[in-house]
Amino acid sequence: MTAVQAPPEGAAGVAAAPVQLPRPSGFSHRLRRSLRRHWQLYLLMVVPLAYFVIFKYVPMTNTVVAFKSYSVVRGVWDSPWVGMANFERLFRNPVFWTLVKNTLLLSGYTVLAGFPLPILLALMLNEVRHRLFRKSVQMITYAPYFISTVVVVSMLILMMAPRLGIVTKTFGLFGIAAPDLLGNPDYFRHVYVWSDVWQTTGYSAVIYMAALSAVDPALYESAKVDGASRLRRIWHVDIPGIMPTATIILILSVGNIMAIGFEKAYLLQNPLNLAQSEIIATYVYKTGLLNADFGLATAVGLLNSVVNLFLLLVVNWVCKRISGSGLW
Amino acid sequence: MTTTALSRRRRVLPDRPATRIRESSVDRVFLVAVYLLLGVFVLAVLLPLVYIVASSFSSPAAVSSGRVFLWPVDFTLQGYEVVLTNPEILTGYVNSLIYAVAGTFISTTLTVAIAYPLSRRGLVGSNLIMALVLVTMLFTGGLIPTYLVVQELGMLNTRWALLLPQAIAVWQVIIARTYFRSAIPDELAEAAELDGSSDLRFLWSVVLPLSKPMIAVVALMYAITQWNSYFDALIYLKDPDLYPLQLVLRNILILNSSAGGGVVDVALQMQREQMAELLKYSLIVVASIPVLLIYPFVARHFTKGVMIGAVKG
Repeated sequence: MTAVQAPPEGAAGVAAAPVQLPRPSGFSHRLRRSLRRHWQLYLLMVVPLAYFVIFKYVPMTNTVVAFKSYSVVRGVWDSPWVGMANFERLFRNPVFWTLVKNTLLLSGYTVLAGFPLPILLALMLNEVRHRLFRKSVQMITYAPYFISTVVVVSMLILMMAPRLGIVTKTFGLFGIAAPDLLGNPDYFRHVYVWSDVWQTTGYSAVIYMAALSAVDPALYESAKVDGASRLRRIWHVDIPGIMPTATIILILSVGNIMAIGFEKAYLLQNPLNLAQSEIIATYVYKTGLLNADFGLATAVGLLNSVVNLFLLLVVNWVCKRISGSGLW
Repeated sequence: MTTTALSRRRRVLPDRPATRIRESSVDRVFLVAVYLLLGVFVLAVLLPLVYIVASSFSSPAAVSSGRVFLWPVDFTLQGYEVVLTNPEILTGYVNSLIYAVAGTFISTTLTVAIAYPLSRRGLVGSNLIMALVLVTMLFTGGLIPTYLVVQELGMLNTRWALLLPQAIAVWQVIIARTYFRSAIPDELAEAAELDGSSDLRFLWSVVLPLSKPMIAVVALMYAITQWNSYFDALIYLKDPDLYPLQLVLRNILILNSSAGGGVVDVALQMQREQMAELLKYSLIVVASIPVLLIYPFVARHFTKGVMIGAVKG
């Protein structure tokens, strides 16, 4: 779903796979024996694997459309090749650089604002000994995560409506003229990011709560015996305890920086705020499906995926260098 | 449930006097600040929700003149009457139920079908398959290439387009696989094999019953995702009869498409506009109720599910 979801052990699979390749004869022999013994398990995997091939790997091969002049009649493989023409068209278009800028600013801001708050919430909840209070806070802050994007955006639109929205009215209460939060492009990012924080902080905190519950209680005891204040215990015990989790989450969210969701940006868009709200994902949708320019849209998407993968690898490498822990 | 609560309380109680004695004044101030800040967090989350619910029970005039804050003004159920008699919304509701039930069934079955074999140690080739699965997390074809596949399969504008293309979430496969690995000891599978039980039988009568909490988490996650999504419907569906609720919501709430035009009478027109405004609030509540009703019941398992993936990974 979101970038929050870390596949910490998945990476092990990627790294482990090539290990088997250097011994092909041994492998095929073992495979045959395993197939005979566990044929039912292999059979079980056939349909899910077909799913991955059809809906994940075939689309990957379909990205050749980026190098073609796609025609509906001739299909993916028979459409004529055009080399890099789609990419050239893209780079020549001044809109493209605005898209890149908007995407990077929006997702960079989302990562920056969304990273520290869940940690803060988890650390604070961890200090609370009152069980009912802690459970209720967790339950309430967790809830918005399950509300759909459509509903969240509708709530924003209703509450920030120019004349009658509650936010506008609240501004009026203090005698300040309310800014047009939805129409003015300068506010788009703030509205997007802070509503995102509203929605995901409680959910993301759960992961840190889990990490905190795994911290050795003996560490707290000895810190207490040494006379460490609560704040010091947080600083010297809790924060080192959640460091690995935080690193993984940061890697994933930075690695996903180009993959920022289409859903919310598209819904929050209106003709007034397009200057800042048009991001790569929404542009792909509009050129590809609404204007039927498949080649160009695929080129943008491909570029996006490649840059994203590259970012993930770089961030992972940097984190491993600095802190010794990474995805793989 | 009650026993765990009790035992936990017993664990907390003994060290309480000790901490209280040692609690310095700085710590007490700190703790007060923590409670206050948490209170602010909770209010920030709750207020918008309370405002929406309060508005949904208020009269159209009160809502459109902005008199509602945190309590209904001129209590009425008009908004809900309109929502529940609107054929478009009802169709959307029924469709969303169909998608949620069918989609959850398909997704959960497929996820277990791939996660369990991948969890068995010593299954030759499973690392390779896991790698194939994980690669799809790092690199995707993208919107248009996927659309082309769906088009080629003739699934455009059919219910399948919402059920199949996103059927398996890799993250759920990881959760399920990790759970199987930690909850089902290898010795158990070996013992079953020695007793002549086939793999499928072992899965059906031992593994699945032992994995109920995890399966509940995975199924619920899929159900909520399916209920809340609108994007696939937006790109794949043309026929309004197939629209899920979220797409109907988008059309009414965000594109504002429900106001009836061509009315000459100004008073009547105004009444209609007010009604259209109120309807939005009620609609938000009605659309979110199923999800908000089930989430507390399963939140406990949910949290466990996230923890398994996050900590044990």
